[in-house]
Order: sequence, then structure tokens, then C-alpha cells
Amino acid sequence: MNRSRRRRLQIFRIVVFVVLGAFFLGPIGAMFEFSTRGNSVNAPRTLSAWTAIGTTPGLGDAIIASLELAAITSVVMLVLVLPTMVWVRLRLPGLSRVIEFICLMPLTVPAIALVVGMRPIYIWISINVTDSILALAVAYVILVLPYSYRALDAGLAALDLKTLTEAARSLGAGWGTIMWRVVVPNMPSAILNASLLSVALVLGEYTFANLLNYENLQVAIAYVGLTSAGTSVAVAVASLVFAFALLLILSFVGRPPVPVSKADEADLQTGRMVSLSGGLIGRTGR
Amino acid sequence: MTAAGSPALSTAARPVRGGRRLPLSSIGVVPFFVYIAVFLLLPTAIILGGSLVAPDGSISFANFAGIAKPYMAKSFANSIAISAVSAVVGAFAGALLAYAVVTGKPNGVLRRSVTSASGVVAQFGGVTLAFAFVATLGTTGFVYEFLLQRGIDIYTNGIWLYDLSGLTLIYLYFQIPLMVLVFLPALDGIRPQWREATESLGGGTWHYWRYVAGPLLFPSFLGCTLLLFANSFSAYATAAALITQGGVIVPLQIQALLTSETGSSQPGFAKALALAMIVIVLVVMVLYTLLQRRTAHWLR
Amino acid sequence: MTAGGSAGRSRVEVRLEDLTRKYATTTALDRLTLTLAPGELVALLGPSGCGKTTALRLLAGLEEADSGRVVIDGEDVTNVPANRRNIGMVFQAYSLFPHMTARKNVEFGLQMQHVGLAERRDRATEVLELVGLSMHANKFAHQMSGGQQQRVALARALAIRPRVLLLDEPLSALDAKVRARLRDEIRRVQMEVGITTLFVTHDQEEALAIADRVGVMQSGHLEQLGPPTEVYSRPATPFVADFVGLTNRIKGVVRDGSVDVRGESIPLVHPDVADGPATALIRPEAVSLATNGDLADGPLVGIVIAVAFLGATSRVTVDLGDTTVLAQMPTSAATLLKAGTKVRLAMRTDPVLVQREEPATTAP
Repeated sequence: MNRSRRRRLQIFRIVVFVVLGAFFLGPIGAMFEFSTRGNSVNAPRTLSAWTAIGTTPGLGDAIIASLELAAITSVVMLVLVLPTMVWVRLRLPGLSRVIEFICLMPLTVPAIALVVGMRPIYIWISINVTDSILALAVAYVILVLPYSYRALDAGLAALDLKTLTEAARSLGAGWGTIMWRVVVPNMPSAILNASLLSVALVLGEYTFANLLNYENLQVAIAYVGLTSAGTSVAVAVASLVFAFALLLILSFVGRPPVPVSKADEADLQTGRMVSLSGGLIGRTGR
Repeated sequence: MTAAGSPALSTAARPVRGGRRLPLSSIGVVPFFVYIAVFLLLPTAIILGGSLVAPDGSISFANFAGIAKPYMAKSFANSIAISAVSAVVGAFAGALLAYAVVTGKPNGVLRRSVTSASGVVAQFGGVTLAFAFVATLGTTGFVYEFLLQRGIDIYTNGIWLYDLSGLTLIYLYFQIPLMVLVFLPALDGIRPQWREATESLGGGTWHYWRYVAGPLLFPSFLGCTLLLFANSFSAYATAAALITQGGVIVPLQIQALLTSETGSSQPGFAKALALAMIVIVLVVMVLYTLLQRRTAHWLR
Repeated sequence: MTAGGSAGRSRVEVRLEDLTRKYATTTALDRLTLTLAPGELVALLGPSGCGKTTALRLLAGLEEADSGRVVIDGEDVTNVPANRRNIGMVFQAYSLFPHMTARKNVEFGLQMQHVGLAERRDRATEVLELVGLSMHANKFAHQMSGGQQQRVALARALAIRPRVLLLDEPLSALDAKVRARLRDEIRRVQMEVGITTLFVTHDQEEALAIADRVGVMQSGHLEQLGPPTEVYSRPATPFVADFVGLTNRIKGVVRDGSVDVRGESIPLVHPDVADGPATALIRPEAVSLATNGDLADGPLVGIVIAVAFLGATSRVTVDLGDTTVLAQMPTSAATLLKAGTKVRLAMRTDPVLVQREEPATTAP
């Protein structure tokens, strides 16, 4: 590449990074600024909006409910999906396309549309089974399905599942033992990926909760926002930071350190994974 | 005789063999399929079936006629407009960012940070995102006040943050990073040899983009733009948190139908709207998949 | 066949003069000077990072030199951008435009030159025929084998009737059998077109087989430039001796322009070496083994420890007690040898190179 072109390219890159950097960092900075404002225009900075989080009625319950939902969703998702995927790979390979299709289906059904079909089911559940908010978890499993499927699929693809199970069975292991002692320990990062994605999605979920009349974290934030903007923004910042932390962990767990010689290949693979998951990312929280 | 007989024989034999084997090996997938049936297929069936039940209880397409009513058609037009604009602008901005990233070091800190941050920000939406923009550009927002003090009033023509243009701007916040994530692999597939080959064959920068990189990237770019369209078309929470009155876009119309009296008097209408959304997103996603498949050979 | 233009037009002289190219931490090219005679094929050979690819890219105009000149056919093109140099280039791999058929790829350069449609087709057909790919003209890169892709790349490079042809490790991504065949094919086409060609490779066998002259490079400069036979049999430096072919390193003593190795006196390539201890570099095929006659213990008598069958030739490892020596011979001559056989070494008295112990600079 000749030098003048390289210089032009450098200028282009700097402009892009500065402009888009401002666009992306600005609103987050503004939220911090907003949440530390005093009551009047010239009042000094204060953390009162932050300290009010603990005393705002309903907020604490909603936070706990959302965390519980996140945990339950992750567990149910893993218990439901992982054994099925393993079983299909080993015993019913013909079904694998069907499973993939089903798992990716929620992507073509917008959450706002799916909730319309869910509503009668949830009305029935709240009358006949339970009116606990934790019932939301079963619907959330559907929402996180495409993301967890991709994460687990990538993990399983990296395993020679057939050889591993044949070896385990030849040593006398049953199916339960194989799942628990062979499959799970061999794909910790994929399982962590799938779980963290689920947690992040559940913590940011608003559509289902709001329209099925449950008060989870996001609904509570919106509700608090009507009366106390400062506090709701403070909670929003806190939940955002929490979700960012989770997803950042995920993005590093997703790329284990690789030897230099394999770097190119690995980069290609993560590129593919990103492209796959990218195709799925970002349809739930909003 | 035998040719005609053997298929009949095998079909006759299959149920016996398959009937014994099927339950055994498929027992492992039963829980999954039951779960999917109840919580994914049943809701879809409720939408499909319910959309055909008219307010008077008869089976008809009356609910779909409601979509054509001016106020609802306007919501669809708004939804499509906001999705199209945020998809196209997001696609261009995201492609520029992806290109800026891809021209840096392949495994450098910058690239890793941008891809990680994109993965995070592409998930960012809903209430929090709406608040972030209110805190930035709202009438008490940081940037608005900052500009106002310097004599720039971005709201001389009215406060657009809470209408369609504001929503479009906010959607860009998750559209651009999504574009980075989905378009980066395509850019990675572009090999430096192609540019050098173009040069050694007498072509310049224009020729390279016009005949080589452009045609190579275009299907992928178009596909990614469609994905972005589906992404913002499905978005609900951000708009719900930002716009408290009126059904500006289809998801807000659905919300109104689910939460209001008029909605409960015509339950089929919400389902018809949901079905219309599903069909639009489905078509867009199928096109996206086809376009991605087309370039799979090229950009490996 | 007239593909690639009239032979006369293609035969131009290429001069690289004093080319220097530095990167942040390394000097890729250090005042390289090299002249390619009209119609000649020169192969630049060396380990990765020796500067051979940089030299080719400077000639192509894909990189800019810090100093020095590039002269093609008497014209200084140092500051001419790549797309005005009219140079054909074949890359290592994956350089075909994947969204175009083989024919479209070949026509691309002609399109850049605004050649009319009909002539474009004719010329594309012609060069595709030249590389033996007429049947595959409508295939895409992903439908062709690696060897076919490289043939298309060659056809594409030749279609623009370039003044110079550059080949940047064009065979390194192919498997061994295809590589040898395509290598000969490239040489045939090059001779047929008569185009001045620079061929860059790290494979010594390839360089020796294809080139009129071979230039062995190390650390940004030419160690030796000469016909393949000369580079092989009379390496100018220990580095060349090591890099081109296998070499035995046997301790000896320099005396009066020759070196005493285990009692045998062998002449030196450069007789002006000061007397004293040195390491002699001796080719395996200059070593022969005898199993009869005087096998009494002596400095040249040893025991075979391994026989490697390489096809037409075999390579025998002999343990001389304090060192091991490789001998290469026709397989027919090696049939009697097996591990444990006692043998007497004889060394052909072709001139050899010696290496002093101290210079770490020439160590590969």
C-alpha cells in the first residue's frame, strides 16, 4: 500500500472512531451525569438518586425477581436443550436440522408478536397454576433459545462427541454419567456462554413482563421513571453496568487464548461465531 | 411385478420395524418437543387461529381488514419507514466502522475492543436505552443543555426526540453495532491479494471498488441491511419507554390492544397484527439467509 | 502461439538498483541490485523474511522503496504506481476474483485497458488455451482445484501482455505432485511467451528446476546469483551451501588453498583462505562408500547406521565415531548397505567451501 493512501486511510479511521465513539459513549456518560444531579439547576453533585434505590418501594423486589428469573431460565434452558442436542447428535442425527430450525424460530417471531400468543396461556397459568412472576421463566426459555442454541452448538462442534461417548460407554458409563461427567466438563465455556447470554437477556427483558402484567426489573425501572427520574436512571445505569460486565466476561470467555501459530485460524472461527451469533443478537431486550 | 411390489412391501414392513424403534431412540427428545409445542407452537397457533376469529365470533378475515384502516396503515407505514431508515443508515455507519476496524491490526486491541463492545451494545435496548437518550438529548439532557448554552437549539422545530425521528436516532444505537458484528466477517473475507491483483492488472481504487470489492460485498451488505430491518421492525421496549401516548408504530398498537378495553373487545385484531409482523419479519429473514448463502463461496 | 504479445515486445530488461526497504524494526531489503536479462527467468530463493518477496513487491509497485531505482526496459518506473507498470503478477493463492468465472478473471485486465469486447474474448480464449484450461473457462474459483486456479491466475497475468511477469510463491499452496507439474508448465509457458520473469520461492528444488539463474537471498541482500548448477555445486557462501541442498559439516584444517579433512586433501572454492582449523562443507553426493578393500580402522572408516530410500537415490548415514556423515548415491549402489555394515568413505575432490568457527553471522 502506498503512503498517501495509507495516510488517507488513517484519517478516515480516526474520523470514524471519534464520531461513532462520541455517539456511543455520549448517552452513557449523560446517564451518569443525569443520575448525580442535584434537585435544582445549580445544586452540587449528589448521590441521593443512587442511595434512593434501596428505599424505593417495589424496586428491590423487582431486582430480586429478575435475578431469580435469570437463574431459573438458565437452568431450565440448559436442562432442556443440552441433553436434547447431545441425544440428537448421537442417536438421531437426521433430526439435527429440525432442532436447529426450531431453536432459531423465535428469531422470526418478534417478541411483541409472540407475547400476543402467550397471553392466553399466561392467563390460564395465573388462574390455574401460580400467579408468581417466576412463571415468566418458561417463556424466557423460548426467548433465549436461539442464542443458547448457537453457543451450545459451537461448544458441541468442538467436541468429538461420538468418540467420547463410545469411550465412556465402553468403560461402563450410562447416559446420565456421560452427560454429567463427560459432556458438561468438556464444554465449560460454551455452557458459560449460553448461561451468561440468557442472564443478560433476561435482565434486560421488558416486553413479556410488561404485557403479561408482571413487574420485573425493567418494568420497575420504567415505572419508577414516572415519579423519580433520577433514581430510575441510576437503576438503569446500575443494571446496564451489570449487563455490560456479564457480556464483557462472555466476550472474553468466548475467545480462549490461542497459540500464535493458530491465531489466524482461531480468528477466522471467532469471526464466524460472531457472525452467527451476530445474526441472532439483539432482538429480545427491546 | 417386482418393481411394483417391492415398494408396497417395504412400506408395509416399515411401520412394524419403525414402530418398535421410534419410541426408544426418540424418547430423548420428547421433553424438548413437548416444551416447544406448548410454549412456541401453541402461541403461534393461537395467533394464527385467533386472527381468524372476528369480533362476532365467526371465522373470517375481518381482522385483517382492520389493518387497512387509515390509522393502522399509518402505523405500519411508520414502522416500515423507521425500520428502513435506521437499517440503511445503521448499515452504512456500521459498515464504515467495520471497515475502519478491519483495516487495523487483525488481532489488535482496537479490534477486540470494538467487537466486544459491539456485542454488548447490540444487546442494549429498551427502557435503559430510552432513558440514556432522554438524559442526553431530552429537554434537561446534558448535550441539549450544552448546545443550548452555546446558542444552538436542536428543537427549534419542536421536540423531535419523542417522535419518529428521535426513535430512528435511538435505534441506530443498537443497529450500528449489530451491523459491525454481522458485516465484519464479510470484510474479513476480502483478501488483500484481490486489491493487489486489481492494481497489477491496471485498475485503480475506483475499479477495485466498482468491479471487485463492491460486487463481492454487496449481497452481504444487502443481507445485513435486511437483518437490521427485521431487528428494528421487531423492537418494542425502547419505543414503549420513550413514547407513552399513541400507537405510532405497530408494536405500540399491539400494546394498546393488549392493555386497553377496546383491545379486549376485539381479541382477534391484536393477533392479526402480530401475524402481519411475523410474516414481514419472516420474509425479510428468508431473504437475508438467501443472500448470505450466495456469498458463502466467495468470502471464506 | 502469440499469447502474451509478440515475443520481441515482451523481451525487456529489468534492473533493480540499490533498492532499500526498511520496516519499523527490520531492514527487508539492503541495497539490492539485480538485473534480469530480456526473456530471462530469475528465481529468488531464500528463507522467509530474507527480502525476496519485498523485492518482488517493489518491482510490482505494490510497495515503495526507501531508496534505489526500478528500471524496466530503460525506463525508470520507481515512482510509477502499480497499475501503470504493466506487470503481470501471480500470487501465492486465492487471488482469483471469486465472483467471476475464469474467463471473466482473465478478461478483467483487458477491461481495465479498455480493450473491445470481441478482442477481449479472443485474447482470453487464447491465454486460457495456452495454460490448458479452455474447458474450464466458465468455472468459478471455488469449482476449480488449486492447480487450476493458479493456471487461471497465470493466464490472467499474461492476458494483459505485460512487460514483466512476477510469480510470488505460486506453487507453495499446492500439493507435491501438482506442484512439480505446474512448475514445468509455468516454465514452458514462460519460454513460449519469452517474457522476462521474476520467480520468488523458498523451495530450492523448485528454484533450481525452473530458473535460468537463481539468486539466493538472506537478510535483505543477495548471497549468490548464478545458474542453478553453479549455485548448487559451487556455493559462494556457507549460507548458500546450507540452504541449497544438504551439506555435511566436517572439521578440517586449511593449508595452502586446500582443506585437509580426515586425511584427504580437497581444493577450496576460494583458495585465499588463511591457514588454520575450519569446517568443510561437503555435499552428500560427493561422498562415496566402499565395502571392500582396506576396512582397517582409520579416520575414514565407519559404520552405516541408517539407509533412507528416497526413490532413485538413497541416503546413507555413516557413523565415523566422532561425527556422522551423509552420503547420497544411486539406490542401486546402496543395496548392499544396511545398518551395521562397515564402510570406507571416499570424498570427491570437487572444490568445497570452508567455514571458520567464529562467524555467527552466516549461521542460518
